[in-house]
Amino acid sequence: MDQGVPVPATSSEAPDGGSAVTIEHVHKWFGQFRALWDVSLTVQAGERVVICGPSGSGKSTLLRCINALEDYQQGRIVVDGKPLTRDLRRIDEIRRDVGLVFQQFNLFPHLTILENCTLAPIWVRKLPKAEAEAIAMRYLTRVKIPEQAQKYPGQLSGGQQQRVAIARALCMNPKIMMFDEPTSALDPEMVKEVLDTMVELAHDGTTMIVVTHEMSFARQVANRVVFMDAGQIIEINEPSEFFDHPKHERTRTFLSQILR
Amino acid sequence: MSSQHDQGKKAGAFVRTSPPASALPPASTTGVVGWMRASLFSSLANGVLTVLILLALGFIVPPLVKFLLIDAVWSGSDREACLPSEARPEIGACWAFVRDRFAFFIYGSYPIGQRWRVDLFFALLAVGVTWLLWLDAPRRDLAAAYMFVVVPIACFILLHGWPAIGLARVDTALWGGVLVTIVVASVGIVASLPIGILLALGRRSQLPAVKVLSVTFIEFVRGVPLITVLFMASVMLPLFVPAGWSPDKLLRALVAVAIFSSAYMAEVVRAGLQAIPRGQYEAARAVGLGYWPMMRLVVLPQALKATIPNIVNSYVALFKDTTLVFFVGIFDFLKTVETARVDPLWATPVTSTTGYAFAAMFYLIFCSLMSRYAKGVERRLDVSVQE
Repeated sequence: MDQGVPVPATSSEAPDGGSAVTIEHVHKWFGQFRALWDVSLTVQAGERVVICGPSGSGKSTLLRCINALEDYQQGRIVVDGKPLTRDLRRIDEIRRDVGLVFQQFNLFPHLTILENCTLAPIWVRKLPKAEAEAIAMRYLTRVKIPEQAQKYPGQLSGGQQQRVAIARALCMNPKIMMFDEPTSALDPEMVKEVLDTMVELAHDGTTMIVVTHEMSFARQVANRVVFMDAGQIIEINEPSEFFDHPKHERTRTFLSQILR
Repeated sequence: MSSQHDQGKKAGAFVRTSPPASALPPASTTGVVGWMRASLFSSLANGVLTVLILLALGFIVPPLVKFLLIDAVWSGSDREACLPSEARPEIGACWAFVRDRFAFFIYGSYPIGQRWRVDLFFALLAVGVTWLLWLDAPRRDLAAAYMFVVVPIACFILLHGWPAIGLARVDTALWGGVLVTIVVASVGIVASLPIGILLALGRRSQLPAVKVLSVTFIEFVRGVPLITVLFMASVMLPLFVPAGWSPDKLLRALVAVAIFSSAYMAEVVRAGLQAIPRGQYEAARAVGLGYWPMMRLVVLPQALKATIPNIVNSYVALFKDTTLVFFVGIFDFLKTVETARVDPLWATPVTSTTGYAFAAMFYLIFCSLMSRYAKGVERRLDVSVQE
């Protein structure tokens, strides 16, 4: 297999607020399996990056490495100026700045929607309860479900749960929002409500790294699209170039398979 | 089927033109008859079983009622009352004996003038248990603090005595009966949950030393019978403490019971922990919670809720296991019954049977209350899951 040489990132349009995430030559193995292979990527503050690729290509693993949910064996990741080390206190500090939305929502089923959103602000940021609740209600209003605040996650639809998960992450006031296939577990009619929420976030200038197969979303909000395959970054480009004139053979194959 | 074909032009097509005929279920499937048919005589084998069980009950229940109630002696001051005579050739349970020795069964040899302290202990405990177990009670977080901190300390002072505040010391050798059974069971119950949780977390820990220690402890204790742990505690513990300071006999038994029940509780809690999906841990981590807040706020509440029935189950087992402390010379409830039944003052042919029947009823009532509670909680959790 040849070493996929990433196309240089030419993001003239991307807002330049300094680097939010810097990934340098990261390698990761699961046992003998190479999950990430010399991955380098820099995301500027305020930038929206969409990562796509076939399943097993390492895109989720990359997100999880940025949040230290996964370890990596080689390379360097710097999040908001803080290098990711094994120092646990440092890791918690970084996690506070990085919101992560999961494919399976992962809301806390034993807590109400409001409690889901106030848990971390109260226990991690040590906010008074009233203040945390005010913040939570603000974000729940923003994702358009303030009226569900007293319900439990099991009583909500998948789309509503995912919007709560987004609100929960926002309540920590993160500098970077990451989404790991946020619409893949949803029924088709609920995909739109979640994507709309994300588009709104993008318009507010939030730094976003999104793993998704929603190509219309990528076209609409991404500054750059990253294509990964077999643990490597194959191609990075602006959405219009990426979709209309893919350079690498594997990108073309992938796009022809999903855009039919 | 034929009407379906008539109504449709083509075979397989169907349009309803009138409502179906009957709106009620057949009478034979409802009411008492329906229930009996469905539950007792649903098949030949089931019918045979029903008849056999009715026959067995017919053999067992009437003599039991006759012995325990009809022929029973309810009052009397010594064995004479429970001996067969011309007037009463058949003597049933000698409840007069139980009445006479009742205080002994409850308090053992606790000094008579100090028994109010035991009563107060029972009251304090009852308040704590009710508060903690009643799921809709207010401030159950306070209840936990009361039960796990206030009650143990207050009760130790109350029962053991503290001369400085005017409570005379009562040596544990004098404690006995229900008092000791409840003390041993409560200590086991109160100690096993927190220690068991720590052991379960230790067993799943990523730190090798913690993990190995926890696994070794759990597997070792689970690998030996409680009676062995009791003997070890009462015989071997003195070897490890400085000479001249020999721990109290009851204390040794309490330590043994706590160790034993913690190991079992650890496995119960571990099963609950394993049922929590990985996503919950990751979500807790992702919002920035550290290990202990994650466990306390996200993982344990869910894990413990799911295992309440199993936790209560091990409490039931523990409650019955407390009878084993009798082998290391502790005067628990069963031991008081054992002692009283051979007392010459009450020696009659029915004394032993009566004593054991009384003991059986005591354990039966306590254990079935516990399992009924577990059932109730389980049902409630099922409902909340369905919501």
